[in-house]
Amino acid sequence: MMESVLELLGPELYYGALTPALKIAVLLFVGILPVITYLVLAERKILGYIQVRLGPNRVGPWGLLQPIADVMKLLVKEDVIPNRAIRWAFILAPCLVVGPAFVIFAVIPVGPPAAEPGGLDLFITDVNVGLLFIVAMATIAVYGLIIGGWSSNSKFSLLGGLRSAAQMISYEVPQGFALVAALLLAGSMSMVGIVEAQKAAGVWFVFPQFLGFFIYFVAGVAESNRNPFDLPEAESELVAGYHTEYSGMRFALFFLGEYANMIVISAVAVTLYFGGWYRPFPNVEALSFLDFPFLPAGLVAVFWFAVKVFAFLFVYIWFRGTFPRYRFDQLMDLGWKWMIPLALLNIFLTALFKLVL
Amino acid sequence: MANYLPILVFILVAVLFLAASLIAARLLRDAGMGRTNREPYECGNEPETLALDHRFSIRYYLIAVLFVIFDVETVFLFPWAVMFDQLALFGFIEMMIFIAILVVGYIYVWKRGALNWA
Repeated sequence: MMESVLELLGPELYYGALTPALKIAVLLFVGILPVITYLVLAERKILGYIQVRLGPNRVGPWGLLQPIADVMKLLVKEDVIPNRAIRWAFILAPCLVVGPAFVIFAVIPVGPPAAEPGGLDLFITDVNVGLLFIVAMATIAVYGLIIGGWSSNSKFSLLGGLRSAAQMISYEVPQGFALVAALLLAGSMSMVGIVEAQKAAGVWFVFPQFLGFFIYFVAGVAESNRNPFDLPEAESELVAGYHTEYSGMRFALFFLGEYANMIVISAVAVTLYFGGWYRPFPNVEALSFLDFPFLPAGLVAVFWFAVKVFAFLFVYIWFRGTFPRYRFDQLMDLGWKWMIPLALLNIFLTALFKLVL
Repeated sequence: MANYLPILVFILVAVLFLAASLIAARLLRDAGMGRTNREPYECGNEPETLALDHRFSIRYYLIAVLFVIFDVETVFLFPWAVMFDQLALFGFIEMMIFIAILVVGYIYVWKRGALNWA
């Protein structure tokens, strides 16, 4: 049956469009969306235990059906468009936050390329400017937030939108610089190439690039508007920031975008600094039992990738349970006066280190 | 270019997903409470002025301009980092001169107080 489809479409469309479309469907509906829904529950549960309470526990055993109830509620809620809003922009804004966050997953490898030709690559595509594509796509979310805040024509939204735009572009600079230092070590912008470079070097890039990783992750937390950098939606001063006027499904999309961005930041951190889909110390023979030789190799690769991403997501939630919120001037100082000089120093040291060795 | 086709497919899937979820919400949503519910939120008062008629701090523009300068720098650094092995010492010195010029500007901006908020 597949052969006849292949003949009908021609190899270009078959391998370029149909196979990726199936992989995208699996990634989206088996991977990203369920992970996001249950990440929300996990966050509320973990925060609950951090604060010595139980968290959601009414809907289903251990609150396990809570996310489904939440989605149903958001779907049937009244979908307010304020009467003074700029309608088309108001509708467009949440889509601009979610869409790019999803599309980034196209270049993130959750597993190795196929061992033999015609096999299954465990990523949707591998382009030679993968990292640049991720940076470019991640930037589009800024438009979503500022358009959302602007088009609502409400004072809280406007201030929240401006704040989040200023915050996100401020932290994008040190984040970009931190990525440059990692690229110096990897010598490739392809995400698969970066993972392979770490295996070849025999060490996760987090060790030579500790400062770079630190800058990347702190900037990443700020980029995804999470605690302690959640000023754009600071309840105590801005009600809800840029999404004050949003309700129902459109609010849900903003929410989805924030969590998708958390996963993107974690996945890129894993790929760049923590060896992607390989087990810890992939060159040490004594640890080869961690490859679980009795299981299919692809499954093990996805398992290690997922374990590392979940560890990062836990750190995100841990941050939220631990740190108080920054003040806006402190936030700007940290970004412009600390992170940028540190990131430039990191580039200099990394380049010098590469030159000497 | 064949590598980029899946990205196009993904963009298409994302657009379809967004359209489907918004249309589903439109079919299922509550009818709503009428006019007062659609006023901009202002702690229960009817707003006297529109938000877009107000002015806001010039610092947001300043941050945006500074961002453009530094981000263009990043764009130059990306290909340099990938090709570093071939460029070797020459590339290293050249890029350090470029960064040094940028740092001079950065110090100037800092001393002029453009990085101070409030």
